[in-house]
Amino acid sequence: MAVVARPTPARKPELELTQTHADVTRDVVASLGKPSTGYLLLLFGAVAIFLAGLTTFLVLVKDGLGHAGYNPPIFWSVYITTFVFWVGIGHAGTLISAILFLFRSPWRTAVYRSTEAMTVFAVMTAALFPIIHIGRQWIFYWLLPYPNQRWLWPNFKSPLIWDVFAISTYFTVSSTFLVFGLIPDIAAVRDKVTGWRKTVYTLSSAGWQGTDNQWRHYSRAYLYLAALATPLVLSVHSVVSWDFAASIVPGWHGTIFAPYFVAGAIYSGIGMVLTLIIPLRRALRIEHMITDYHFDNLAKLTLLTGSILFYAYAMEYFVAWYSGNIFEQTTFYRRAFGPMWWAGWTMIICNAFVSQLLWFRKVRTNLTALFIISIFINIGMWFERYVIIVSSLSNDYIPWAWGQMNPTWADWGILAGSFGWFGMWFLLFAKSFPIVAIQEIKEMIPMPRKRAGGQH
Amino acid sequence: MTFVKRSRRASGVLASFIHVDAATDAIRALRARGHRNLVVYSAAPNHEIEEALDQSVSPVRLFTLLGGLTGCAAGFGMTIWMSLDWPLLVGGKTIASIPPYVVIAFELTILLGALSTVAAVALLSVLTGRRGIAYDPSYSDDRIGVFVPAGSDQLKPVEQLLRSAGAVEVRHEAA
Repeated sequence: MAVVARPTPARKPELELTQTHADVTRDVVASLGKPSTGYLLLLFGAVAIFLAGLTTFLVLVKDGLGHAGYNPPIFWSVYITTFVFWVGIGHAGTLISAILFLFRSPWRTAVYRSTEAMTVFAVMTAALFPIIHIGRQWIFYWLLPYPNQRWLWPNFKSPLIWDVFAISTYFTVSSTFLVFGLIPDIAAVRDKVTGWRKTVYTLSSAGWQGTDNQWRHYSRAYLYLAALATPLVLSVHSVVSWDFAASIVPGWHGTIFAPYFVAGAIYSGIGMVLTLIIPLRRALRIEHMITDYHFDNLAKLTLLTGSILFYAYAMEYFVAWYSGNIFEQTTFYRRAFGPMWWAGWTMIICNAFVSQLLWFRKVRTNLTALFIISIFINIGMWFERYVIIVSSLSNDYIPWAWGQMNPTWADWGILAGSFGWFGMWFLLFAKSFPIVAIQEIKEMIPMPRKRAGGQH
Repeated sequence: MTFVKRSRRASGVLASFIHVDAATDAIRALRARGHRNLVVYSAAPNHEIEEALDQSVSPVRLFTLLGGLTGCAAGFGMTIWMSLDWPLLVGGKTIASIPPYVVIAFELTILLGALSTVAAVALLSVLTGRRGIAYDPSYSDDRIGVFVPAGSDQLKPVEQLLRSAGAVEVRHEAA
């Protein structure tokens, strides 16, 4: 007897969906209709910003990294900061789509598709940064263990190589998970549209018909994919944190780095989820599917991870003081009161303090307040990585070797371009594929019965 | 309309249901009469339908396990072999030092486990699925479809059974 692993049907009154199966298909298919002017303007803006970033990148390829604000001893700065930022963004998507699936959390169904798409595009964005950062982008494949003329292999003891494996696995698995989950929904769209769109959706639905046999394999496979994605997501940001923690730079060499980075990643990711879906639900007219209840839950997750981050920040300072290590102590003193104090305090205020507003239910269900908080989270989490990377490198052991750096147009251009690139993919996805998981919402709605009485 | 081009159509009866309990009644009654090769369509997986069909557990898990184990072995194998192939002392560590290689082995376990799971669904759907079975677009929307393969002599009694169970639409599919 096959037991299908799916979230149990809704029991909470907030989740009592009033729609029928036909309503769900109709509403989601309608959201894929003709784009509005607002959508086209947003898409145009995203493409324009991306092109500005692309131009900056081409200048960097032509002239070299000298345009960026690198200054000894700081040779990891905005690009690595932005890399860690975008990898972190992806984590909330996998948490919601895979981890909450395993925990049978029914509220995830309405939002998980958009967060999963966000994951894939965020990791796609992040993966560009190590390549931009290495300077000679045309030989990036040297990072991979491929048979080469001199039979040289990468150093597998280096966290940077672990990162190559972690990020490429994460990208492959999360995009597989997204596409796999989309197949039944694409089939539902296929059966509703006509003309060339029908041809496109027919080809992308891979022959899906929703037979008992297909569901039998699909449901099992989905469970295993979720079970594999869960440890993966926790490992990815741990590996990213070891890029820093495995070195001996003061401010980086911390044993709490892995959990600290994972909590921060999920926190930043949910911030981005809120920034994206608050306007999106209105633009696609799906307010009745993504309701206050979902936002309340997302806000509670933000509060939880924000509080873990608060604890990690406090613990970092405590450990620096308690270690009795002068280098560690100086680094942390300078984070708060050195030349980069403004960045240090931006990170602490935006992440540790702003998230505490979410203790209040009124804030959690006020979408304007949530949207503003989400912007603070995005800014705060970018600055967290900037502070960790740049402030730690700027003062290591010998004071005469200390230095500062200021980002230049080449840093800001690429950073802005990454938002354009991410936004472009996300907007294109939202109009091309069901942004709300049709099949999983239908699973939550009890099917009509001819006999009165309870459901199975 | 499906991606798979059908050269031969299976003969039988295709019934559509609005009510899930009507569909499961029909499935149970058909199975009791010896109809085993039913194809049931639904827009979402449903426990009641699975129970009525008395399905066995999908063998996908075996592929997941094998993929994961292959990935793990490949991860350790590749890192250890490559380290020994060009024995370069780094940081005074053993040439083939296991702890850092756990990361690579872990990532490859997940990667191959996930990819083989998806490949298994594609493979099993092709191997265990049946071609040429009638389909209706309403099955991806809000109806449950039941296809009963049947010869011309059985069409009438099967149709009668489906209608009495509560099918809202029944049609005969000729080969």
